[in-house]
Amino acid sequence: MAQPFLKKDDDHDDEVDYSPFLGIEKGAVLQEARVFNDPQLDPRRCSQVITKLLYLLNQGETFTKVEATEVFFAVTKLFQSRDLGLRRMVYVIIKELSPSADEVIIVTSSLMKDMTSKTDMYRANAIRVLCQITDGTLLTQIERYLKQAIVDKNPVVASAALVSGIHLLQTNPEIVKRWSNEVQEAVQSRAALVQFHALALLHQIRQNDRLAVNKLVSSLTRGSVRSPLAQCLLIRYTSQVIRESASNTQTGDRPFYDFLEGCLRHKAEMVIFEAARAITELNGVTSRELTPAITVLQLFLSSTKPVLRFAAVRTLNKVAMTHPIAVTNCNIDMESLISDQNRSIATLAITTLLKTGNESSVDRLMKQITTFMSDIADEFKIVVIEAIRSLCLKFPLKHRSLMNFLSNILREEGGFEYKKAIVDSIVILIRDIPEAKESGLLHLCEFIEDCEFTYLSTQILHFLGIEGPKTSDPSKYIRYIYNRVHLENATVRAGAVSTLAKFGAMVDSLKPRIFILLRRCLFDTDDEVRDRATLYLNTLGADGAVEDMKEFLFGSLDIPLVNLERSLKNYEPSEESFDINSVPKEVKIQPLAEKKAPGKKPTGLGGPPPGPPSTIDAYEKLLSSIPEFANFGKLFKSSAPVELTEAETEYAVNVVKHIFDGHVVFQYNCTNTIPEQLLENVTVIVDASEAEEFAEVASKPLRSLPYDSPGQTFVAFEKPEGVPAVGKFSNMLRFIVKEVDPSTGEAEDDGVEDEYQLEELEVVAADYMLKVGVSNFRNAWESMGPDCERVDEYDLGPRENLAEAVNAVINLLGMQPCEGTEVVPSNSRSHTCLLSGVYIGNVKVLVRLQFGIDGPKDVAMKLAVRSEDEAVSDAIHEIVASG
Amino acid sequence: MELCPLIKNILLLDSEGKRIAVKYYSDDWPTNSAKEAFEKAVFAKTQKTNARTDGVNHVDLLTKVNADAEITMFDNYVVVYKFVQDLHFFVTGGENENEIILAAVLQGFFDAVGLLLRGTVDKKEALENLDLILLCLDEIVDGGIILETDANVIAGKVASHSMDAGASLSEQTITQALATAREHLTRSLLK
Repeated sequence: MAQPFLKKDDDHDDEVDYSPFLGIEKGAVLQEARVFNDPQLDPRRCSQVITKLLYLLNQGETFTKVEATEVFFAVTKLFQSRDLGLRRMVYVIIKELSPSADEVIIVTSSLMKDMTSKTDMYRANAIRVLCQITDGTLLTQIERYLKQAIVDKNPVVASAALVSGIHLLQTNPEIVKRWSNEVQEAVQSRAALVQFHALALLHQIRQNDRLAVNKLVSSLTRGSVRSPLAQCLLIRYTSQVIRESASNTQTGDRPFYDFLEGCLRHKAEMVIFEAARAITELNGVTSRELTPAITVLQLFLSSTKPVLRFAAVRTLNKVAMTHPIAVTNCNIDMESLISDQNRSIATLAITTLLKTGNESSVDRLMKQITTFMSDIADEFKIVVIEAIRSLCLKFPLKHRSLMNFLSNILREEGGFEYKKAIVDSIVILIRDIPEAKESGLLHLCEFIEDCEFTYLSTQILHFLGIEGPKTSDPSKYIRYIYNRVHLENATVRAGAVSTLAKFGAMVDSLKPRIFILLRRCLFDTDDEVRDRATLYLNTLGADGAVEDMKEFLFGSLDIPLVNLERSLKNYEPSEESFDINSVPKEVKIQPLAEKKAPGKKPTGLGGPPPGPPSTIDAYEKLLSSIPEFANFGKLFKSSAPVELTEAETEYAVNVVKHIFDGHVVFQYNCTNTIPEQLLENVTVIVDASEAEEFAEVASKPLRSLPYDSPGQTFVAFEKPEGVPAVGKFSNMLRFIVKEVDPSTGEAEDDGVEDEYQLEELEVVAADYMLKVGVSNFRNAWESMGPDCERVDEYDLGPRENLAEAVNAVINLLGMQPCEGTEVVPSNSRSHTCLLSGVYIGNVKVLVRLQFGIDGPKDVAMKLAVRSEDEAVSDAIHEIVASG
Repeated sequence: MELCPLIKNILLLDSEGKRIAVKYYSDDWPTNSAKEAFEKAVFAKTQKTNARTDGVNHVDLLTKVNADAEITMFDNYVVVYKFVQDLHFFVTGGENENEIILAAVLQGFFDAVGLLLRGTVDKKEALENLDLILLCLDEIVDGGIILETDANVIAGKVASHSMDAGASLSEQTITQALATAREHLTRSLLK
């Protein structure tokens, strides 16, 4: 067995890099492979050469097609030898060479002979090799042997056949499914692994038949499965069955729960853990169901085996997200894991503790974490920072120690992502915990004194400009800010100038001093810095209304930057100055792919993500080019296209609703899908009898609609100015159809008038609402004030779940969800959703929705609306009440 | 969710992270350079840990109490590992795999190699008996599915094969060493 490939020398021990494969070369080994062709085979030497070939393959060496074929043919000669060890190596190398179909034929007969051999080892391995290299055609020939092998009394042979069956099921399901009876017999095998493999195969054969899986699970959970691995499988199948049947057994005991709980007392750790994990992952698991699983995991936490500790803490970490209370019992064990030598375990323990910790343990916890932070990687640190942030929001009273912790680690070494995570956290804490503001701002000030990241410096300066002037002693920040003007690059300097100006505008006592500082900036080397300084000096120095100046400095740019950019590009220099109010405000919904991008967590700094280019100004251009609609004023909103025909009909029509202050224009986009027809004089006859407040004022027909080139026809309605009128419209497409000769493409002269019924169209309240996000809902909410607030409660009746109710209300109102609050965590019983928008008449509206669900899925909602106009607040309630 | 426990790869590296024998069962690493990158990263990540079981050289393997396997998360894979002398053993599974099952596979591999190398578990010995190591890998996992985790059975299967082929005198001692393993095998067959 032990075959040294080079002559063993006693000196070898001294050589550090001794290897029997030292200086091995592919070409030479391929030459050596000629010994396979010797009439008198030397099994030992052949084995050695195969090992060398395998070594080369294992090191990543590749054989050319020709080389591989040559080796393969040579290897097939070795079936002549009756040496068991050599045969074993032959099997392995055939699998590694993965021969092509025409090569496989050469070894098929040898392998089939081995499959029926009396030697168990031959049978088992020949099955594995043959099944791996074969294709479907050969399978029918050997099927008989495979079925026999499945019930072979040698467990190794049976396992080989079963495992091969699992692989073959992917490519030849119809054949493998015929082995059901044999597999079922094998499930009863007394050999542990045969049972495991048989169960895996049987389940895969039946996986699409829910009833069969159900039966399989219920019979086996009563019986005795011997192998721990098979038991793990059974637990997985059981949880699958529970998941799928959960919906119809909402009340009462969960089926098979007793089985899972019983597995917690199994003697194999892997089974205990599998069961505990399965229980924690049950849909809507109750704390009563959780308790035994948590208890078992808690025992694992103090195990001497790192793998057990890791498995347990990882599972508990997940549980802590949904059921923090249930995990609290493990806190003591968890705390001792903070010093675990395995850093993965320690990090998981800390983040779990941060989720479950109570107010009194925070200080102690922070002390422990401090020592821990210095020796983990940045990726782990960010996880910890995020956990600390949510902990601080949970226990605002503890802000002092948490803030101290954050500022301490802010001063230590770290990469950009890590520093940004800390700064974001501090900013969020300042915003949400008023008491933390002053100390937080000072920490940030100290940080920018020595900050290597321009992005972070400018963001912090911007934030200082907003929050700093509102503090009790704004003057103490000036030094930090002005230092930036001396010491930083141009970008940061410009940011610092703006921040100074904001202090000057807000704090009268500081104004003269700010003026001096700003004047000094007039000599800066950078254009932008000088320009800003000049601009602010003039703005602040002017005697104009203070309100205007503040609006200029602090007002948020409530238009998407991309829209502004496009409008500026379109602007042609003329007498008329650029009007910022002409920029469309609608933010296009982002494509899903972009939404999934990394920044889905609430970001502390920066506004909402800029939207991609919108189509709204394309519409605006189109409409203003039509004389009939030119006097309708500024376009308020254009809806997404609504399909009015089924897919794949003769004529495809969709409609876009354009809302103006006193008018509504329907733009019908029509496509003719019949090559033999030309449509002319296409109009849409609209019946507005179910839309009382609307009166048709104009219609613009489409002169000609040839095959497959879309065209538009428009119908305009008048409606009461500024009123969000709603109604239903039925539509009829009317046109003259002319036959077209497909060969020449020429239309006949005479046409026939025809009509085509379209679906109905509705103008709803959401059409009068623009989706406009705000960057900081809380600030916006507070600055709006409670003057025009309207609060009421609504019963939404039975709903499938909270998420569905939240979505329904968002769609009804057509507003922009803020801060990611449209996402409802699964299993939650209550949820708060924040919406913002602009209502017709350019009235800003903010909405706070609080949902609660009780027992039999009845959803109740509290709706609080703030807007600049109480009539609008009432209107929003009206929408919900009538929706 | 993956219902059947699957092994993504088994690695045996030396003290510099170089391959001794590796086996991949997943398409997650389609090229050799992807595999090498993974090995390099895993090796670097696990260097500073205490998975080492030095000083167990030449100990009676059947009664030896091994140091426990270590574990880490890495690129959404769970990796369990054990080091002895200049040999580094790794078993990788998907991120939702039962860690204890992975550890069982690792233990099976580790102990089987120990049995097959007759206690001298180091790089030199492993390379000199590479055929046994490769057969050992072949007996533990087939296409990602666990074949066997009992080290005695694995070693028994690997060893028994080369034995009947006219074992030479020099190999008789090995035969004796493996008698225990075979006995275990027989016992497990008769269960």
